[in-house]
Amino acid sequence: MNNQNLPDARGHFGPYGGRFVAETLMEPLRQLEEAYNRLKNDSAFRAELDKDLAYYVGRPSPLYPAERLTKSWGGAQIYLKREDLNHTGAHKINNTVGQALLAKHLGKTRIIAETGAGQHGVASATVAARLGLKCVVFMGSDDIERQSPNVYRMKLLGAEVRPVTSGTRTLKDAMNEALRDWVTNVDDTFYIIGTVAGPHPYPMLVRDFNAVVGREVIRQSQDMLGRLPDALVACVGGGSNAIGLFHPMIPHAAVKMYGVEAGGLGIASGQHAAPLSAGKPGVLHGNRTYIMADDNGQILGTHSISAGLDYPGVGPEHSWLKDSGRVSYVAVTDDEALAAFHELTRVEGIIPALESAHAVAYGKKLATQMKRDEAMVINISGRGDKDIFTIAKREGIELLK
Amino acid sequence: MSRIKTVFDALRASGRKALVPYITAGDPHPQHTVALMHALVKGGADVIELGVPFSDPMADGPVIQLACERALVHGTSLWQVVEMVAEFRKTNTTTPVVLMGYLNPIEARGFGKFADYARGAGVDGVLVVDLAVEEAPEIAPIFRAAGLDCIFLLAPTSSAARIAAIAEQASGYLYYVSLKGVTGAATLDIASVEAKLEEIRRHTKLPVAVGFGIRDADSAAKVGRVADAVVVGSALVSQIEKHQNEPALLPELLTQQLGALRAALDKLKS
Repeated sequence: MNNQNLPDARGHFGPYGGRFVAETLMEPLRQLEEAYNRLKNDSAFRAELDKDLAYYVGRPSPLYPAERLTKSWGGAQIYLKREDLNHTGAHKINNTVGQALLAKHLGKTRIIAETGAGQHGVASATVAARLGLKCVVFMGSDDIERQSPNVYRMKLLGAEVRPVTSGTRTLKDAMNEALRDWVTNVDDTFYIIGTVAGPHPYPMLVRDFNAVVGREVIRQSQDMLGRLPDALVACVGGGSNAIGLFHPMIPHAAVKMYGVEAGGLGIASGQHAAPLSAGKPGVLHGNRTYIMADDNGQILGTHSISAGLDYPGVGPEHSWLKDSGRVSYVAVTDDEALAAFHELTRVEGIIPALESAHAVAYGKKLATQMKRDEAMVINISGRGDKDIFTIAKREGIELLK
Repeated sequence: MSRIKTVFDALRASGRKALVPYITAGDPHPQHTVALMHALVKGGADVIELGVPFSDPMADGPVIQLACERALVHGTSLWQVVEMVAEFRKTNTTTPVVLMGYLNPIEARGFGKFADYARGAGVDGVLVVDLAVEEAPEIAPIFRAAGLDCIFLLAPTSSAARIAAIAEQASGYLYYVSLKGVTGAATLDIASVEAKLEEIRRHTKLPVAVGFGIRDADSAAKVGRVADAVVVGSALVSQIEKHQNEPALLPELLTQQLGALRAALDKLKS
């Protein structure tokens, strides 16, 4: 249950994970795995990464004691892990600086990425600009519509944003298209996957690059509380911010962990993006994991107010953590997330991403069931500036065009 | 002996090359698929690869993606595809049929249940695009036990070690993807295909089919010179797309289109 040493040599987390891709990508994936295993223990590579995280990303991010929120909720002491304060405004940059360094060491000249909310696309375009690499970001045409500020940001950074019009025109289709591009341009291209899904070694390496979040929380909570927190809460789409927070804490059995999926219009409505809460195991995007599919094995369309959570799969390590019982997975609805968005904005002056607002919404429910001397850490995985158009539209407010 | 082996043995004995057309089942509508399969046989098909539509065909180019979408609009399911093969077998007991698709629709139904049902309907082989040889040891034996051949892909990026491991698990034939890319891509480098086929043949006696990038008689003839079998997919599916609203024309059009490739391959013999 507390096994932190996964995946195994074949990239499996128990029955999950693995490498389910067409033959052309198998050798490049093996090469990536080999390069990563070599570099992750290389002191020069580590030093380069640590330098980037400190001086470019701006780490460590604060663990903020949210006193007004604690008082207002009337339960556990609330601490917010401020990943929204990172360069580019989300946890996504932790992974992209790491993978960009890998790309550099592998001699690749072109970066591709998929994006849903646009945060990973922006983070990829950012590191590509910094390293002088060409960058193409695949984005579902529906997501381009609802995340226009990030689309423009990527273009300013010199990236090409390629609209994906196949399938459901969201994150899953962007990932299909990025895989198709990679298979075609595998010689010069590095595919920076933005979440802990995809074929091995991606779930492992994306986790490792994000685990800096959990390691910092361990150190910061020791300093501030003299102990580890009692509960961790993070939103789960593909699950990269959650696994980053959870993974270093897996062996500490007293720390309870909660992954919050997008409940959309409610689990019973079928209009959601909560494969761990309401899906079943299957194979999607190169790994076996919980997915949302119909009885014929076709992947279902998902719904969430938050583009970054609007994905029918989830990282395979989360599937394993669910089955093992180490992490509890729950869902909150669009409306609950929206209410939490406003509450955090008004009470603490922090505008969270709609993704992160899902974690805040569940944190509120949980806090009231906890004792006042207990501590909870909620991961504010990103800032909400990108969402203001979505929210204004939903609330019938027209912003300047 | 499997139907696939029978066909390849006979072709080899007569010095001919196999022609292997691909269409997506259920495209443009499930009711037309069996007629199109017979039309392919009439045009000179030795083996038919019948695509099982999937919502997320990550190894396919736009032509086959759209074919999947057209088939799925009409709810074409794995079970329906198997039933189409049963229907085809009522009047054709000799042409091998290989189901080609992605793992999840099969996994959703259960590997054993699928294998038995497919074999019973007259399916001869399975090519699961996203089932890499490393993940196959738990799955391929189930297919083989039911009497289905397991066809695997080889690619320009496959190392010698991988080719050996894949040849070990494969039966029926091997499918060499002629280029780095998705289905329907345009460029074909015959010299590099030929060199890779030489390497592959050092590891296996199985026939090697070559696909991706073959669209007409000319490219079929070039590939036919070096391969045991020529696979043509997107070029046929494009024809189906073009005439999706006049499906009555399609059998004759596909027979003609494939017939041109057949003639080009048969010329190689002399």
